[in-house]
Amino acid sequence: MTTSTVLAAAGAVSTGEAVTFWILAPLALAGAIGMVAARNAVHSALWLVLTMLSLGVFYVLQAGPFIGMVQIIVYTGAIMMLFLFVLMLVGRDASDSLIEVLRGQRIAAMGLGVGLAGLLGSGVYRATQGSIPVGLEQANAGGNVQGIAKLLFTDFVFAFELTAALLITATIGGMILAHVERRKEDKRDQVATMKARFAPGNYPGPKPGPGVFATSSSVATPARLPDGRLSDRSTPDILPVRELTAEETTLKGTEK
Amino acid sequence: MSQTLLAQAPSLTDFGHDPWWLILGKIVFAFLVALLGTLLGVWFERRVVGFMQVRPGPNQLGPFGLLQTLADGLKMAFKEDILPKSADKVIYFFAPAISVICAVTALSVIPFGPMVSVFGHQTPLQVTDVPVAVLVVLALSSMAVYGIVLAGWASGSTYPLLGGLRSSAQLISYEVALGLSIVAVFMLSGTMSTSEIVAAQGNGTTLTLFGLDIWTPGWYAVLLFPSFVVFFISIVGETNRPPFDLPEAESELVAGFMTEYSSLKFALIMLSEYVAMVTMSAFTVTLFLGGWYAPWPISAWSGANSGWWPLLWFFGKVILLVFVFVWLRGTLPRLRYDQLMRLGWKVLIPVSLVWIVVLAGLRTIGDWDTTSRLYAIGIPAGIVLLVAVFWPSRKPQPQPTLAEQVENRPQGSFPLPPMDLQVPPSPRTRRMVAEREPANVPAGQDSEEV
Repeated sequence: MTTSTVLAAAGAVSTGEAVTFWILAPLALAGAIGMVAARNAVHSALWLVLTMLSLGVFYVLQAGPFIGMVQIIVYTGAIMMLFLFVLMLVGRDASDSLIEVLRGQRIAAMGLGVGLAGLLGSGVYRATQGSIPVGLEQANAGGNVQGIAKLLFTDFVFAFELTAALLITATIGGMILAHVERRKEDKRDQVATMKARFAPGNYPGPKPGPGVFATSSSVATPARLPDGRLSDRSTPDILPVRELTAEETTLKGTEK
Repeated sequence: MSQTLLAQAPSLTDFGHDPWWLILGKIVFAFLVALLGTLLGVWFERRVVGFMQVRPGPNQLGPFGLLQTLADGLKMAFKEDILPKSADKVIYFFAPAISVICAVTALSVIPFGPMVSVFGHQTPLQVTDVPVAVLVVLALSSMAVYGIVLAGWASGSTYPLLGGLRSSAQLISYEVALGLSIVAVFMLSGTMSTSEIVAAQGNGTTLTLFGLDIWTPGWYAVLLFPSFVVFFISIVGETNRPPFDLPEAESELVAGFMTEYSSLKFALIMLSEYVAMVTMSAFTVTLFLGGWYAPWPISAWSGANSGWWPLLWFFGKVILLVFVFVWLRGTLPRLRYDQLMRLGWKVLIPVSLVWIVVLAGLRTIGDWDTTSRLYAIGIPAGIVLLVAVFWPSRKPQPQPTLAEQVENRPQGSFPLPPMDLQVPPSPRTRRMVAEREPANVPAGQDSEEV
């Protein structure tokens, strides 16, 4: 009926489906390998995005347009974006070091990975060999979205609600762990801030910038107040305020 | 009348039968809409903002300054393309392209018009439609975030990184509100395909409220007004337009995520921004403003919704929405970051959720008999009203008078300006006026002395 159900007519693989599969399957695999191989954490995440996008298109090909779009919106759009958000904070030069702590573990991991993939692949292949998929038309009879909605809100409503409750619990738990409660009295509103700013003993103007003179452009050079005193408000707290020595203030001889 | 209208509205079965040249033509048409939308959009924005700020705006190049954008684009192409030393080269190169691709592709599921005849082929004026077309637009807009975030990260400098971080948090937040506000549309139309959503808005419906039959237009902006408001606020946030343009806030971040970009890459970023504005306006028109259907006074003419006329109504509505975007830019100051997040999470999302529950309730009681329907509406409404009336309000603290406040200031406070805003004459002026010689000296005295 619709394009997507036409693409995945029971049993037969149409040309369009095959072409799309053979273009995207290598890309998905490349994404998976690239994700493991990339040194930079952000590159790794982007390779994973490629794999997830390809998977989303595969779902659409398999007459599941809804789940395909949800895969793209939720996984690549939201979850991977949150990953990226954290990774970007880590710093862009944070790459993996190549020193092997356990000798030979990389070879062993590769071997085990290939073995697991082979085991799973052959198992699935043997299980589905020669079987003819049926029931796709019936499942999608009233439309793909409507079919999923009907199942979710009738047969699987308990599992669905339970998963939702689990996720909400996890979210609230995360919020409680990360949240710092501040009492109402501790919060200063704008009026209180302004009153404190103009209270006697506080200087309401901006802090003076560090002194930038012909002899020194260091932030450690304090600003000079109009009466000639040095202002310690102009330098960061960790830097002591000091007069420059005569040696420091003489010209360095680098000028021509 | 409704029968002839419905015959014009395409359904999902009408897609997928076009010859290749027609498909190509439609794709080129959608692409041209995006490009022309940008060219004219930039000009339109500058002219309208100029009008609002009482200045002419671009008016030199071509009639009404129409070619100004073209000249700017050419200039941009001839500028030096700078690649920062610390940039991540591949990602820096691809990030603007991601934004543009996502923004342009979303136009492919927007219905521009009804079934028309092109060289004898009956075809809908829409590149394609799928049962989940609305989700396609959402998916593309969520992918477009990558363009901004990666542009910010790959530039390898501080301000772009901050802009990228801001945008990733902002866009994810506003996407939630966006998705929730569309749910109401799905509930009324019963479909996620854009052409069918437009078709569902084609005819006015009669609502039965308390025994009265009230005719309402089919536009979801009227039927689902809260959703429409939330949706529009969300798409302003989603397209990074003022007052939500924090990722590029020039007063704080230079130019945010695009600080390091120049030449054609910068042009691509600008292009994607304006295409996204056009796309999102078209999306709003499709979901809430009746798509290509003629607005009310014109819809009385029976031929308004057939043939090529609907293109006019569609683009008229889109231009109107783009005007609102520009209007917002000309009017509202930029929000602070915490205000933006508070609006998204504490206002838009709860409002959407409550509205969905209310709408689901109204839909459920729609087929009950009148008395139980009255009970079902009246009892919750009464409870809400009672709670609102008897909600304990905080007793306002008595505000001290101005004189008391002045009296209570601690010793050594800053001198206070006069409270009545009357500036007293300075003592020096008073003294000088008193000592000044009178200006009109009698003429005879000088001659007497000489």
